[in-house]
Amino acid sequence: MTILSLARFQFAMTTVYHFFFVPFSIGTAFIVAIMESMYVSTKDETYKKMAKFWGNIFLLSFAVGVVTGLIQEFQFGMNWSDYSRFMGDIFGAPLALEALLSFFIESTFIGLWVFTWKKVKPGLHLFFIWMTSFGSLTSALWILTANSFMQHPVGYEIKGGRAVMVNFGALLKNPQLWYEFGHVILNAIMMGGIIIAGLTAFQLLKNQKLSEANKKFYKKSMRLGLLVSLIFSIGGIALGDAQMQYLIKEQPMKFAATEDVFTTTGKHAPWTIVGIADMKGHEVKGNIDIPYALSILSYHKTTGAVTGMNELNAQYKKKYGKNLDYYPPVNTLFYSFRIMCAVGAWIFLVSLVGLIMTREKSKKPLAQRRWALWCIAITTFLPFIGNTAGWFVTEFGRIPWTVYGLFTIAESVSPNVSVGSLLTSNIVYFVLFTTLAITLIWLIVLELRKDPSEAIEPKFKKVLDPFDKEAF
Amino acid sequence: MSFLQLLWFVLIGVLFAGFFFLDGFDYGVGMAVETLAHNESERDQLVRTIGPVWDANEVWLITAGGAMFASFPYWYASLFSGYYLILMIILAGLIIRGVSFEFRKNSPMSQKRIWDWALAIGSAIVPFFLGIMFVSMIHGMPIDANGNFHAGFFDYFNWLSVVGGIALLLLTYLHGINYIALKTTGPVQERARNYAEFLYWILYAGEVVFALLLIFMTDFMAVHPVGTIIMLILIVGFSVLAQVETFAGHELIAFISSGLTLVSLVVLIFIGLFPRVLISSISPKYSILIQNASSTEYTLTVMTIATCCLLPFVLAYTIWAYWIFRKRIAMPAIPEVK
Repeated sequence: MTILSLARFQFAMTTVYHFFFVPFSIGTAFIVAIMESMYVSTKDETYKKMAKFWGNIFLLSFAVGVVTGLIQEFQFGMNWSDYSRFMGDIFGAPLALEALLSFFIESTFIGLWVFTWKKVKPGLHLFFIWMTSFGSLTSALWILTANSFMQHPVGYEIKGGRAVMVNFGALLKNPQLWYEFGHVILNAIMMGGIIIAGLTAFQLLKNQKLSEANKKFYKKSMRLGLLVSLIFSIGGIALGDAQMQYLIKEQPMKFAATEDVFTTTGKHAPWTIVGIADMKGHEVKGNIDIPYALSILSYHKTTGAVTGMNELNAQYKKKYGKNLDYYPPVNTLFYSFRIMCAVGAWIFLVSLVGLIMTREKSKKPLAQRRWALWCIAITTFLPFIGNTAGWFVTEFGRIPWTVYGLFTIAESVSPNVSVGSLLTSNIVYFVLFTTLAITLIWLIVLELRKDPSEAIEPKFKKVLDPFDKEAF
Repeated sequence: MSFLQLLWFVLIGVLFAGFFFLDGFDYGVGMAVETLAHNESERDQLVRTIGPVWDANEVWLITAGGAMFASFPYWYASLFSGYYLILMIILAGLIIRGVSFEFRKNSPMSQKRIWDWALAIGSAIVPFFLGIMFVSMIHGMPIDANGNFHAGFFDYFNWLSVVGGIALLLLTYLHGINYIALKTTGPVQERARNYAEFLYWILYAGEVVFALLLIFMTDFMAVHPVGTIIMLILIVGFSVLAQVETFAGHELIAFISSGLTLVSLVVLIFIGLFPRVLISSISPKYSILIQNASSTEYTLTVMTIATCCLLPFVLAYTIWAYWIFRKRIAMPAIPEVK
């Protein structure tokens, strides 16, 4: 165990945990805001119940998302101090702006939203949840601005041994950012939709006899969840495809690794469905190929060569002059990419078929088709896997760089933090996060067992003493 | 040193001061959940006083960290890697208390107590170890020519830093007690007053010891004698004012005074540091200076414009939120039945 491997493991572990909850809460906040909007515009109490019921689950995931995120801002300095010195001039600004613009809005308005159901007019209360959602959506924008720079540096110069910002606007105009942001946000909202639909499916499977009010509640939740996940999965898939077109040009090494292309293809590139990359011999073994398909996937036509990793590696050796190989972990990228795509496609399919089954005209309502409910229920867990796989492609594909072409991972680590300290923090964070995740799942299960038609009252039945003087 | 570098040094101080003023009482209330409340209703009552605001208050810390990264990356990198294990403990404290609010609300009765304790312990860990960190930082740390710490146990934990940690713990606790007196009614409020009456005497003793240790163990008196003495007097002065106003029943003034005590402590630290951001105990020439630690003028300009545009809004809706939640919290009349 070296400081480098431990620091890398910790970063991967904590960000993966963090990103279980981030899109979960971004997505559910957005949908809860839609539910409350429906309540305010239609005055249908069912929507209010929905906003409160699913809002509680949003709050639980938000709490864990916040605390797992705290670590992220600290660990750049703690574990990657040389990276922070090299990149601070550029990387710090989006982080500070994320706090100043997004976190303040998110945390202030979430407090207002939770505690003012009875205090303020419905319209104002609705404003609070939309502000919360706005805060969480923009926070993704800022952190992805920072990440996009690492993937594709723009608007900078190297001065005095560090990268300095010369054009802030260029950071925000980075095309990498808008592909990433679109893909992440659309999929986060899709995730919220499919989680609400999936958890509803679990309830329908468990409770055969529902009151009319609860039937209405679950039916509306199911339809809204599936509708949102259908719309946003289409968007997510489309942007994912656009992002790959962009990768071919900007990060050809990453792209070649996701498709197991070691040697540059002919003009009709075949697509490898499965295969094992041999990282020593730099070739693919046991592969099953479909002719022409990679050209079609890459360029949306039958002709088009894809540059192989061997050729790119030779180019990079010349270009960057470091005594390094530039192959990312090919098998990880190859299979992560396939898992991500499969999850996306499956969610699209489930949402589409599920939505058709919930139509009024449907011969047999969805609530009575147990196999269909099971499919939706199981899908609850898939976005977590898909998201992680997606980030694996993005981040493992950056190896050996932290900042593409500028700064390597080995140069980034804190030189003065000991193996013992790193091992301790790895264990502490792992144990803490695992405990939190298990508790969260348990509390969500408890929450789901509650009857949604018993109005979800806030904890304090009599919070304020109306005869008391005001504090200020 | 340019104007913008000075401005951002001050702004980092303002953000930390804001953090201690606002989130300080959250830690105090968190600790009070296990030390002041006698039963579940009272615990709920206390948590309810900070329920809507604690999260936004904590963002001041996040913003201070982010702003330090953006404006003084060399300070951020050296400080955060140098205090690796201390920060890990602080993070663990922030994590367990951060989830405790939602978890205690949703947990069944048997497990609710776990999260009450998580809230109280986390709320004690954070100010104590932040005190250790900031005070050992002004004591000077073994920083090498590359800005890296090579510190041992006694660099982190010495008389000065431990007294500093305890003092900060006590200050946040009293700040929380004053907040409780301001925001509640009933037996909890009475008890908060009694606690304050007693604890301020301990605080004075702590402040005197801290002042003496600071004078003899740091170079503050050599570098900034006037500023140091003024701030030490202000710290004691605001403490006395807070206690007097508590007796007089002016809860708002008492609360603001205990907040200003914390602010004065931050100002003292930043005055003593100036023009350095980190003090090397190996050699003064390894100390990290404001002028060497900062980002470029361009980045500082971008950050200044962004802050000028955004901070007024932040302050406006923060004040609005406090206004909406201005009422006192009475003990819930009907205990929650699960």
